[in-house]
Amino acid sequence: MLLIHCPYCEEDRSELEFRWAGEAHIARPENIAAISDEEFAEFFFLRNNEKGLTYERWRHIHGCGRFFNAARDTVSDRFLMTYKAGLPKQQVPETGASEKTVETYEATEGDAR
Amino acid sequence: MVDSGADVATRSLPLSGVHGGSAAVRLEVAAPAGRISLRVRNEDVSALSAALGVDLPVKPKTSAFANGRTALWLGPDEWLVIDEGNSGLTTAAANSGALHSATDVSHRNTAILVEGPGAVATINVGCPQDLSLKAFPVGACTRTIFGKVEIVLLRTAEDAFRVEVWRSFSDYAFGLLSQGALDAGQ
Repeated sequence: MLLIHCPYCEEDRSELEFRWAGEAHIARPENIAAISDEEFAEFFFLRNNEKGLTYERWRHIHGCGRFFNAARDTVSDRFLMTYKAGLPKQQVPETGASEKTVETYEATEGDAR
Repeated sequence: MVDSGADVATRSLPLSGVHGGSAAVRLEVAAPAGRISLRVRNEDVSALSAALGVDLPVKPKTSAFANGRTALWLGPDEWLVIDEGNSGLTTAAANSGALHSATDVSHRNTAILVEGPGAVATINVGCPQDLSLKAFPVGACTRTIFGKVEIVLLRTAEDAFRVEVWRSFSDYAFGLLSQGALDAGQ
C-alpha cells in the first residue's frame, strides 16, 4: 500500500483515503469563448500521459477533503513530493529515480517459470 | 376516528437494539446528539469559537472539548461539532455574526462507542490509520475510511473511540466492528 503525504494534514496517510484527480497545472483559458476548437480540444481533452515524472492533482477525499498537487514517477509509482493547491509547479528534489530504476517485465519476470 | 396509537409512526433510531462486542471490546450505540458540519474562514474562527463556547482547533487531527461540546478538526476550514445535550448549535453559530456555513447533520450521523483493550485492533480491522498513542493520542480525530464507508474517528481515552458514521452506513459499520471485536477478543 502506498503512503501519500497530505500537505494539509501534514502526515503520511494510506492511499485508500485518496483519489486521483487528473493532470495538474492546467490553466483554464482567460477567454474560453475566443479560442479555436483545436485549442479547446488541446485544453479540454488532451493530456501528456508522460512516462516518468508527472504532475497530478490528488484529493484527500476521505480525510481533510482538500485537493493538492503531487509530483509522481509513473514508472516506479513513487510520490516524489506533494504540495498545496495553488502553489506554482515545484522543482522535484534530487532522487535516485533514473533509467536504472525502470522495472520492465523482462527485468522482473522475464525468467519466471 | 379513534386514534388507537397503532397507526402513529414511531421514530426508531439507527442501530436500535443491536448487540455486539467481545470480551476485549465493548460496542455501544451512542446516545443521540446534536451535530453541525461547520465551514469557517481563518479570520472568523475566533468569532465562531466564542459563539459556540468551544475553541475550534486549527491544528490537523486535533479536537477540543468544552461546555458539553466537542469540536473536531476535519479540514483546514472544516469542523464537525458535536453537542451531547440539547443542541442549539446552529442558533449559536448564527449568533456569531461572522460569515460561516453551519449545516445541521444531527440525524445524518450516528455514533458507535468502541471501548476496551482490543479497541485499536477492532478499528484497525477496516481502518488504515496508525492508532498507536504516539501517532493518534487521546483527543486526536480524523475523517478516514472504515472498510467501505467513511467515518470520523475520535479517540476519547487510551482504549476508547467514538466512531461517527452516516446512519445509512451504520449497519455495515457495526457489523464490521462486531467482527473485528470477535477477532480482537481471541
